[in-house]
Amino acid sequence: MSDWERSSTARVVPPARPRKLAKVPFVELADGRVQGVVSSGSDIERVYVSSVAAGTFAFACSTNNNRPCGGARGSFCRHIRTLIDEAALQYGPERVARYLRLDTDVWGTTEDALAVAMIATGPPRGDNAAAASVFSRFLRHLAYLELAPTTAPVPEMQWFPPTRAVA
Amino acid sequence: MVPAHQGGGVMRVDLLTESVAGLDEALAAVDAFDRALVVGLLRPHAVQAAGLTELADAVAGTPLAGRVAEAAEKAAAGAASEDHFVALAAARTALVGSVHDALMERVEAATGRSHAGESVPEPPEPHPANLLVAARSWLADLARCGWQGIDHEVVSGSAAVVSAMLPDPDLRRLATLLDGFAAELAASCPGSALERVPVRRWADLWSRAMVLTVPGAAGVPVTGMVSGRLLPLGVDVQEHATAVQAQVHAVFEPADGGASRLVRGCVSVPKPDTIVGAGLWQLLRPHMSLLAAVSEGRSMDLSDMPVTAEGDLVWSDARARAGAPADAFATARVALSTASVSATAPLDRHPARIAAPVFLEGYSSQQDDDGLTFTVADHRLAVDTDRIPTAGPLTPEAVAVSRACIGLLRWDAGEFTLQPLAVETTVRKKLTAIHAGAWAGGTTDKAGARAEKAATDAGTMLRERAGRLLRK
Repeated sequence: MSDWERSSTARVVPPARPRKLAKVPFVELADGRVQGVVSSGSDIERVYVSSVAAGTFAFACSTNNNRPCGGARGSFCRHIRTLIDEAALQYGPERVARYLRLDTDVWGTTEDALAVAMIATGPPRGDNAAAASVFSRFLRHLAYLELAPTTAPVPEMQWFPPTRAVA
Repeated sequence: MVPAHQGGGVMRVDLLTESVAGLDEALAAVDAFDRALVVGLLRPHAVQAAGLTELADAVAGTPLAGRVAEAAEKAAAGAASEDHFVALAAARTALVGSVHDALMERVEAATGRSHAGESVPEPPEPHPANLLVAARSWLADLARCGWQGIDHEVVSGSAAVVSAMLPDPDLRRLATLLDGFAAELAASCPGSALERVPVRRWADLWSRAMVLTVPGAAGVPVTGMVSGRLLPLGVDVQEHATAVQAQVHAVFEPADGGASRLVRGCVSVPKPDTIVGAGLWQLLRPHMSLLAAVSEGRSMDLSDMPVTAEGDLVWSDARARAGAPADAFATARVALSTASVSATAPLDRHPARIAAPVFLEGYSSQQDDDGLTFTVADHRLAVDTDRIPTAGPLTPEAVAVSRACIGLLRWDAGEFTLQPLAVETTVRKKLTAIHAGAWAGGTTDKAGARAEKAATDAGTMLRERAGRLLRK
């Protein structure tokens, strides 16, 4: 086995890169999609749940009250483009492209080219079936803020050293 | 030439580079079992069956022998129950524990420090087991799938269990472990497409979680209250996407004039994955005044602070007040070599848990493609600069030109390494100390202040969203 294979503290997932959270408070690579929550530009009470599927780039965007987004009829709306941009900031463009199975020859290496490259393939409109689960994952994510700290030792964290490597 | 050491204890790096008898054999049995988990135990082939037998044979002379032999046989036939998986995890834990003990003997010989001689008592009464059963069932599914067989459906099975466990302080250890583990597995799906597998790591996490599903396994009871002076050495940070822990290593001098000992004070909290860097300090800072003492270079006076037999203080701000200024390098030079080491709880006997505070000076450093190494009296010690947290003033470059170093001696992938916590180096012809945890309690440093501002904005944004959405 290689040193990495026999390391107890091998780094598997690079840490998220810091980014501003005003426009996109939540984005994740999960359930075979880049999915997340995008703030409405006009109404502080409203958020959009947006997603793009890996492989097909099928896209969906609706409000948290399940009203379809007017911009996401023919192709990616502004919310979806913002979501992809922020995903590239948080996870690094290479990792997002790999997750979406986006051919690296097509999109090049700059972050803003990710959405452009997908739009060029003429992606289909997906359904909004996943919106409820994405939104509940966002709420679960926020709920982490409310968990109490502890000063009892958690020795398990010894398996999770920090790393200076970036995504 | 061995450096003259003011504290009297000279670090014997030579003892860290010699081979340890029996270590390769024990780890070979561990590896054999770990490889079986890569393919999974749903329908094991002959190679995996042999791996299971090798693990069982390695514990044949121990009280676990009968149960593990039975578990290995059932698992080899693809018919293991959850209890059988627990037995296999226990066998692996025992083997790795023996590796830990052999390595710790080396650490104690190299640092010249001795054991306090206390043993760790049995944990208290077990916790109600429903969630533990659910966690065990998910772990058994994983073992059957194997790392190459994982998909989103299997991995997501942990989410509900983790969410239910996290708010319960008694289940926090297992919940935190499962949460970090599941995130790695999710990012690695589908397993069939993995180019390489972190074989030992995932087997470590799996067996540790499996053993923690045994009610009571996670309890490390408080064994006393201590009063006296606490002299911090440095801060070690650990983090995964949704949790962070800061651990302050320190020398404790009892007020009654008793022998000094090495202790740790720690604080941890679950977090959203977008809180990173200086944001980690912001989450932890309000809950342990010791972090501010570290940043200010102060000692702390403790009165009746609870402590475990492992030397972990169960911190309470009400039982500590800021003391006189105390330079960590003075502590390291004068007090470190005579402080005694606490016992290790049975479940914590694992090489990954080794983190022995050491002080080094009079070394030369070399940087090559494999990283940084210090050479002390002709013996080389690899320096793990990747562990230095980004939210702090210490950098790998500063470590490379340093003259003295406080660090943690660790062991991974077959070798001892040094994790730097603080260095003394020359900045503009002046001897300066740089601490990895200098920003723990806050900072006036320009780069630090900028990082703090960005982190504050992110935290405020998320809290505003949580306030609006969570209680509807």
